[in-house]
Amino acid sequence: MAHRIWILAVLAILGASTFSPAQQQELTVSEIAPGLFVHGGQTALMTCENDGAIANIGFIIGEHAVAVIDTGGSVREAKQLLAAIRARTDKPIRYVINTHGHPDHAFGNAAFVRDGTEFVGHRNLPRALTTRGPFYIDAFRRIMGDQLIDEVRMVAPTLLVDDTTKLDLGSRTLILRAWPAAHSDSDLSVLDEQTNTLFAGDLVFLTHIPVLDGSLRGWLDVIDELGTLPAQRVVPGHGPVSEWPAALAEERRYLEVLASDVRALVRRGAPITVAAAMAAASERSRWQLFDDYNARNATAAFSEIEWE
Amino acid sequence: MPGHRFRLFCIAAGLLSVMCGARLAPAATPEAYDPWPGLVQDIFNDRPMNDGADVIAIEMPYRAEDAAIVPVTLRTKLSPGDSRRVLTITLVIDQNPAPMAAKFELGPDAKVSEISTRVRVNNYTDVHAVAELSDGKLYMTKTYVKASGGCSAPAAKNADEARSRLGQMRYRQFTRPGQGPVSGVREAQVMIGHPNNSGLQMNQVTQLYIPAFFVHELRLWQDDGLVLAMEGGISISEDPNIRFTYVANGAKRFRAEAKDTEGHVFRNEWKSDDPGT
Repeated sequence: MAHRIWILAVLAILGASTFSPAQQQELTVSEIAPGLFVHGGQTALMTCENDGAIANIGFIIGEHAVAVIDTGGSVREAKQLLAAIRARTDKPIRYVINTHGHPDHAFGNAAFVRDGTEFVGHRNLPRALTTRGPFYIDAFRRIMGDQLIDEVRMVAPTLLVDDTTKLDLGSRTLILRAWPAAHSDSDLSVLDEQTNTLFAGDLVFLTHIPVLDGSLRGWLDVIDELGTLPAQRVVPGHGPVSEWPAALAEERRYLEVLASDVRALVRRGAPITVAAAMAAASERSRWQLFDDYNARNATAAFSEIEWE
Repeated sequence: MPGHRFRLFCIAAGLLSVMCGARLAPAATPEAYDPWPGLVQDIFNDRPMNDGADVIAIEMPYRAEDAAIVPVTLRTKLSPGDSRRVLTITLVIDQNPAPMAAKFELGPDAKVSEISTRVRVNNYTDVHAVAELSDGKLYMTKTYVKASGGCSAPAAKNADEARSRLGQMRYRQFTRPGQGPVSGVREAQVMIGHPNNSGLQMNQVTQLYIPAFFVHELRLWQDDGLVLAMEGGISISEDPNIRFTYVANGAKRFRAEAKDTEGHVFRNEWKSDDPGT
């Protein structure tokens, strides 16, 4: 009997977490600085089981308004983020900032569409969403299933950042900066002046192997400049919140090893397939998800460096 | 009772995975529909396909690491004593929006035996290589490629850079062990800066399709002798890159000409014995 009750309880919990918007589950967030909240994503690939919740996402509460920074890997995750915000403040969400257009950061956008909310992105973000959006939706439908993907919409930015833009949340200013091609070709960073906290998006990876989808040489240049930003801590796109700019060291080393290995392979005439198998192999023990991304990084790096 | 709870936890976890599994089932098997018979009709006019295991090999990684850049190598396997010759090799990526990726024409005297290029792969797919031999028959072989995961997409990584390289051409020669000047076998590579846009994406503001813009023809010669020609489509990766073996005929110049869908013609030539850059 007790057994059955347990099963019913389990089913009820599952039902509540999956189907009942009335009792919307809240995403776990921590207040890492006053008024600045972060959900730490799992270091994993996006799957049906994890709702695509693999990236670090967060929000900042000012005197008059809230800014959301990235919306996560599904509308389900984003609704839980919204519930976490509403549990802490009823101020309007004036800005939803996308640090770039990848699915794990932007698939949740649709949960935040309403009058008075501006979507903010790099000047290249509309192009990235146009050329990649339909492919992402098809590809992740295969991986995550219809139920999670049916509600995903590629929501394009309404406010574009060309170089630097300041957003005012009421006695709290965010400084947004659009970068040249690095991790992707639409990377945007967000600096909260009040707490000296930098949301770096996927310009910064820790623990999770860096993923190259823009320009390797560009990324190494951007890292140098990014490191001069006056922040005390960084919320990376993936990995733990860390001290700034020390957090850049691991990623810089990986990218430098990748570049120098690939350069040597190009020089001696090795084909691209050999680069995929060999480049940056010495980094294997230092990163999670190495086998999922390193060959791909090497392939992308090769097709860039062979034009040097 | 911890054992009891553990069992129930497993039931819950099992339920969750069953729910995910059930939802995934229809979407996860796009390969259930096999487009190949239709492609044989459309591309090869329903001509009979012979087993190509002894004629041609195709090599691709089992998983497309980067959807935009998937290396593919085609190798002819005819024995030296075989009197037949490979005239063309057609590369078909069955599940891509434009399945016919490329058709290679092998120069009559160049003895091209290996061709490598890079393609876009949109989905889990069979990839077919079909050789037409001088006996007038078609010979087919195939491989299977899993689509990439993550944030990779069959689109430009750095679209501004791709535009700025438009029309640049590079040529390079490689030395291979055992293939020196004595045998006359050479290995070379030609790359062309070009965004090779697919034209399949819609501008979300104007709701108009962005026009396709790609290299549709590439021809390579030693002096006036054709080495290799490629008729390409949108499945060829950005910055088309082709690496191949051939036998030198004593020519002084190696020449390349590429044409794209906007009518640009890109030409370049190099000294045959130039190692290139």
